[in-house]
Amino acid sequence: MTLQFNDETFRDDYSFYNSEWAIKRFPFPFHEDSYMYSVNMEQHRGGPEGSVYEKRFDVDEHYVSEMRDRAKVLDDDPLRCQSLPHMTLAGWDLLELIMVSKSEDYPDLFELHRNGDTWRWVNKPLGIDDTFTFLDETTLPYGPMEYITRQSQGDFAVLDQRENNLWMDAGMITTQADWSLDFDIGMNFFEWHAPVPMAHEMGIFKRALKFLLNIQQGAPARRLNWTMTVNPLLDTSPENYHKWGIQKTTLTPENIGAKQHLRVELQTFYRLPRSNGLAFPIRCYLCSFQDLMTMPKWGRRLHRVIRDLPDELATYKGFIDNRPMMLDYLSKFDDGLPTSPGIFPEPETEPPFVP
Amino acid sequence: MSAPQKAKAGAEEISVIVSAIVPVTEQVCRFEFTRPDGADFPPFSGGAHTVVTMKDADRTRLNPYSLMSDPADLSTYAISVRREDNGRGGSVFMHTQVAEGDAMTITYPVNLFSLDLRAKKHLFFAGGIGITPFLAMIGQLEQSNGNWELHYSVRSKALGSYVDMLTAKYPNKVHIYYDEKKQAIPLAALLDGQPLGTHAYVCGPSGMIGWVHDTAAGMGWPDAHVHSEEFTAPAPGAPFEVHLCKSDKTITVGEHESLLEAIERVGVKAPFMCRGGSCGQCETAVVSATGEFVHRDHWLDEADQSSGQKIMPCVSRFIGSNLELDL
Repeated sequence: MTLQFNDETFRDDYSFYNSEWAIKRFPFPFHEDSYMYSVNMEQHRGGPEGSVYEKRFDVDEHYVSEMRDRAKVLDDDPLRCQSLPHMTLAGWDLLELIMVSKSEDYPDLFELHRNGDTWRWVNKPLGIDDTFTFLDETTLPYGPMEYITRQSQGDFAVLDQRENNLWMDAGMITTQADWSLDFDIGMNFFEWHAPVPMAHEMGIFKRALKFLLNIQQGAPARRLNWTMTVNPLLDTSPENYHKWGIQKTTLTPENIGAKQHLRVELQTFYRLPRSNGLAFPIRCYLCSFQDLMTMPKWGRRLHRVIRDLPDELATYKGFIDNRPMMLDYLSKFDDGLPTSPGIFPEPETEPPFVP
Repeated sequence: MSAPQKAKAGAEEISVIVSAIVPVTEQVCRFEFTRPDGADFPPFSGGAHTVVTMKDADRTRLNPYSLMSDPADLSTYAISVRREDNGRGGSVFMHTQVAEGDAMTITYPVNLFSLDLRAKKHLFFAGGIGITPFLAMIGQLEQSNGNWELHYSVRSKALGSYVDMLTAKYPNKVHIYYDEKKQAIPLAALLDGQPLGTHAYVCGPSGMIGWVHDTAAGMGWPDAHVHSEEFTAPAPGAPFEVHLCKSDKTITVGEHESLLEAIERVGVKAPFMCRGGSCGQCETAVVSATGEFVHRDHWLDEADQSSGQKIMPCVSRFIGSNLELDL
């Protein structure tokens, strides 16, 4: 298919929308009727055709608008993109990984022509055609990480590996769920996860770190994470909490279906070959409750997951106050029938919802 | 696609052709590989190793070797193998059974000995064949104008791999010490007075690694600024019996065989990467045990080692009457 890019905003008038295609392929994060932390990693080597797992870096109808939003965030706050001096090589690694992947996976949208160290990069959706020298920063308008991530959906944490730990030493973070690169930069894996409740006691982070330290070249991994956002906001940073936090109080039983969004992160992990760093792309997908409810399986299951979630997690994810209203809405889409295992909506086999 | 599956453990594999075998000294040979389709190899970083699969009659040997070629030239990967006549057979196989043109399998590069890119200066200590990871590190640093210095201890001029090449190419950065001339690396003097932010790296015999770590610690160097890599063949030990529960097989681990090799010999797939007790990939749960573990890994912490519930089969052994593993 040829992608049609939406003309939409993630702020002010919130003209963001998902087409039917985008709803059907939304990465619903719950594979069963309940949720608890786990190191839910799997290999990142493709997935069903058309799914967000199919390509190494998913490009969808929101691409052009998301890149416009990123440029605005960076204009207002350049500290959303930072790279400590020793991370420049990892930035080139990331640039190479994304350019090679996108030009191979979407040849109609992106082209990479390499002649020794002279590279030409063509990005048709954004109208970019640049020639530069690989590993020579002076030939690009930005550092290599900033250059390529201004053209890539999702946030990118670029981690250094040393002392059996991972260090948040570079990143492009403009679409985050309430955390801040400027605060976390230079921290190690345990330090930047310190605010997460319960998981430390469960030993989750120790196990996750061991897993991540072992991720090897040619064998990337992935997982889904999720939270809730009122209004389709990409930028829910602590820096802008005064702008978006207040919006959580605007939910009503009438507008909740349209305003309340499930926010899902497709997190992937790539070993970077030249720097031995670890790239951690965090791609954000938003879907309104009313769009999710068009899939009977997701309607039934989302109600059960939100209903049974421990209070600590509902608090950490920022929706404990709105949970009763969410459950009033969601319960109307749960007829108590069993749901099939797995995250995909199974519209052909799942029984239709009969209110 | 329902519940997430576990990621596959171990490194990905690459098919290669042996494109050249070059004698370096009377004990060391360099093996150069290209890809059958002529494509470039994946980029790698200085200090990375690859695990070479050797089909030796009905035995499969898997040995890790540092990549020593220039990371800027991806048309070729190269390793150097020192022939160990009293070793476990892998290096002798490479020297006597492998010919130019042979097809082999190696793994993707894995780096457990990477440069700390924050370092203001990189100070390298090599002993004998321990020179190999530094050759790639030097290539990487030369490309980025990095500040480095090599101190290389060899037995004699004739047995010093790549001594001539290194001294010709980098006369001001390379210092060679000959055992036959009773020369020794002046370690304490070198560690004293390095610029703040210098990182030291050592690869060689275990005695040399311990010497560098201990001397540096005694002089107040932060432990995180001293890096080492040791390729040790799994040490021998008395044979022991082990039951693999999931595959329902009982095997005897031979004196000169590692537990991991014994598991692989009977066709049970076990994850591995470094085969040297450092990477953590082969960590295995113990179902039951009556006896004593001989932990030789650098991966499990003390609590895990003394718990009797985990073992790293690549290097560790067991002395006792009953051992059951979750494999």
